[in-house]
Amino acid sequence: MSQSSEIPEKAQLVIIGAGPGGYAAAFRAVEMGQDVTLIDPEVNPGGVCLHRGCIPSKALLHVAKLVSEAEESKEIGVTFARPKIDLERVRSWKDEVIGKLTGGLGSKVDKLKITYLRGMAKFKDAHNLTIKTTDGTVGEMVFEQAILATGSRPIMLPGVAAESERIIDSTGALDIAEVPASLLVVGGGYIGLELGSVYAALESKVSVVEMTDGLLPGCDRDLVSVLKRRLDKKFESIMLNTRVEEIKEQKNGVMVSMVDNKKETTKKRFDKVLIAIGRKPNTENLGLEKTSIKLDKKGFVEVDGQMRTAEAHIFAIGDIAGEPMLAHKAYGEANVAAEAAAGRKAVFDPRAIPAVVFTDPEIAWCGLTETEARERKIKVKTAKLPWRGNGRTLTLGRDDGMTKLIIDPETDRVLGVAVAGPGAGELIAEGVLAMEMAVVSEDLRKSIHPHPTLSETIYDAAEMLFKR
Amino acid sequence: MKHEIKVPEVSEGVTEGTVVDISVAVGDAVEVDQTLLEFETDKAVIAIPSPQEGKVAEIKVAVGDSVPVGAVIMLLESSASPSDEAPVPEPSAEQEEPVAEEKPSPPAAAAKQPEPVKEAAVPDASPAAANEVDLATVRRGDRVAPAAPSVRRLARDLGVDIYQVQGTGPGGRISEGDVRSFVRVTMQRITGGGSVPAVHGEFPGLHAQRPLPDFSKWGEVSREPLSRIRELTADAMGYAWSTIPMVTQYDQAQVSEIEAFRQEYNRRAISENRLTMTAILVKVCAAALKAFPRFNSSLDLASKELVLKQYIHIGVAVDTPAGLLVPVLRDADRKGIETLALELNEIAEKTRERKIGPDVMEGGTFTISNLGGVGGTSFTPIVYAPQVAILGVSTATLQPEWDGEQFVPRLIMPLSLTYDHRVIDGADGARFLRWICDALDNPLQLVMKG
Repeated sequence: MSQSSEIPEKAQLVIIGAGPGGYAAAFRAVEMGQDVTLIDPEVNPGGVCLHRGCIPSKALLHVAKLVSEAEESKEIGVTFARPKIDLERVRSWKDEVIGKLTGGLGSKVDKLKITYLRGMAKFKDAHNLTIKTTDGTVGEMVFEQAILATGSRPIMLPGVAAESERIIDSTGALDIAEVPASLLVVGGGYIGLELGSVYAALESKVSVVEMTDGLLPGCDRDLVSVLKRRLDKKFESIMLNTRVEEIKEQKNGVMVSMVDNKKETTKKRFDKVLIAIGRKPNTENLGLEKTSIKLDKKGFVEVDGQMRTAEAHIFAIGDIAGEPMLAHKAYGEANVAAEAAAGRKAVFDPRAIPAVVFTDPEIAWCGLTETEARERKIKVKTAKLPWRGNGRTLTLGRDDGMTKLIIDPETDRVLGVAVAGPGAGELIAEGVLAMEMAVVSEDLRKSIHPHPTLSETIYDAAEMLFKR
Repeated sequence: MKHEIKVPEVSEGVTEGTVVDISVAVGDAVEVDQTLLEFETDKAVIAIPSPQEGKVAEIKVAVGDSVPVGAVIMLLESSASPSDEAPVPEPSAEQEEPVAEEKPSPPAAAAKQPEPVKEAAVPDASPAAANEVDLATVRRGDRVAPAAPSVRRLARDLGVDIYQVQGTGPGGRISEGDVRSFVRVTMQRITGGGSVPAVHGEFPGLHAQRPLPDFSKWGEVSREPLSRIRELTADAMGYAWSTIPMVTQYDQAQVSEIEAFRQEYNRRAISENRLTMTAILVKVCAAALKAFPRFNSSLDLASKELVLKQYIHIGVAVDTPAGLLVPVLRDADRKGIETLALELNEIAEKTRERKIGPDVMEGGTFTISNLGGVGGTSFTPIVYAPQVAILGVSTATLQPEWDGEQFVPRLIMPLSLTYDHRVIDGADGARFLRWICDALDNPLQLVMKG
């Protein structure tokens, strides 16, 4: 793509960071008639999501799915030979997918006449940026409005060398330089479980260690248990209530000592260790201290309902603007910031931001969870439908899954939807629409769902609320 | 180059003023800061100074005119060689247009402009001001307004707080029509246009609030969201206060004997059975309402009728940590004091623990608010619409009474009855309250009459 190598003197709207938040904001802003400059160190837009996150991990999870389906098809009378995995090809296929998507974004940037600067930007003050391009040019730019979308990065365990080959983060794991014989995943959150599933399918012996008493903290336990039943079979071990005390890299592996809640220490050697304990916002080296922009206690940029920072002409969106750190939340915020920058009365006021864990089975939820309802003492009634009786589930050779509706007992309004099972990530979109439209359970029951599909479980769950 | 002189924003809340003096005439040369005209708001007389040197080209107002803030009152010709510039014929439509900011002058003129010219590339943070959005409605954690994104957007565009709109759809869902009818009803109320149809239920929702000043100008403030109870209370009280002409009648009841009986009764009673003065008052009021049925009614102005209820359900105001709630004792006229006391104790306890449903608080025909336990000599309760009367009870005190030969101690309980004067006349109000006082003084009357 054609990139501007010269730093323009001024910009009407400058967007720093070209991940899902940044590029979405750029596209929307152009639509609103703004003159946009987009700054990012990568060749093409895409950010972590496309380069080192959502997209590559889903490509690899597809590989994992093929492997496990081929293996499980024995049960229904189809036997395949043991799969031969050409790691080189898997990696290049994954990179092709990334290339197609980021290249597509690059040409869209061109087509929309967005000025794309490859480099890094820093505030000189609240109206000027110092920009250093990847080819070494340094310059200054005055801007009318700015959108900060610099994203986040994985948190490393303290005291662990960043450049280690054996101790890796999600970025290193997605590179799949090799398939280690044994892998320890530190952290039972969605990133650890997704990547653990990939390596398990590629025949690593995967162990997971999680500090709290369950996988996927924050997710309802009944959903997690659907997943855990399967992961228990796929993974070598899942150690809960266990804390990693020391990680020592040795010549032929990594020695990890872990302490469980009975204070018993176990030492184990793994070929590789994947650290997936969370992510933190990229707010450093931006010169924020030169502005009156404030950070909250967790290090996120403080924003108002229009995504404006304490400097009203500077917006912040995506991972740096707070949890949940999800690409689709960034999309939503990007549209609000771009519209507000163009003078529209936009506000970020979603009723639900869906969360999806792309393991097998997938887990997805939106709106209120049962856990949260309990914590906040909100009265709810629930309908939980196991997928065992769903035709489509059985014809897929599966029997695991659950659809759950969380309902306001007073108004019958849908407060939350949760799904565990293959394809849950696709199904949850209906839940989000339900939340946004403030539907009541009767609306779900009166909407004809196609047969035989997994989406019928939402219909059937709604039906349960009327059987007494 | 013509410069528009506008009515400046003089202080918070002032939206218009009256021109009291015009100090210049068309053709006058004026200097910076020279007074052009004076105008009077309801707070002060303000002199409007000239922002620059120039010649008065046009005066658009006359003394006595009422002009809103932001209106153009004068046109000033820059003294910067006006002949250089071809006179631009200004179509009248353009004059009407609210011009946000003066366009930068051509360089020749700019040099002589005393007004500081902003660097074109560095705007101030004006975009925020350009699209004022009330962010108070965003991310209100607990209960979200049940409306689709398109409906919420409409509400924002119309400047409506979606949380104040009552939805008519299933589960209270707010439709586009609900937002529009909210705006219509609110406008009708403010402008007084036409009769206001009762929208949904008894309370039409928002009561007009004037814009609040920026309190932070005078010191630090914090904000907390209204609880649902507080919101409903504010709505109900605001509605009652602004629509019902109320009168409060004061009286005193002599309760020495009743109180002695109550004390004696409670010595033998277990806690659930404890007899409270409120329970006795519920019974007395129920009997009074039977004797005076108009106090047990509601006014239906739309159909020009008085709705007389054939049942007596008495609400009792209960002070809870979350706010005031009014659970209702059903068919109080058909129950004995013992039953009423038991029911009241139970319902009050449940109310304090927030364990009662909304249905328990509906259908009341009369309300008692007993502040006797807290203290005070008397107070003025507010009628709980659509009821027409409410009884306030204050602390009973021992007072000397002359019985013809000597002073004797008497326990006197102050009562205050507020009633809807559209329904109840003053004499009836006094009679009703006296009836209650007589009944308390001589409880046998209850049996005789009830």
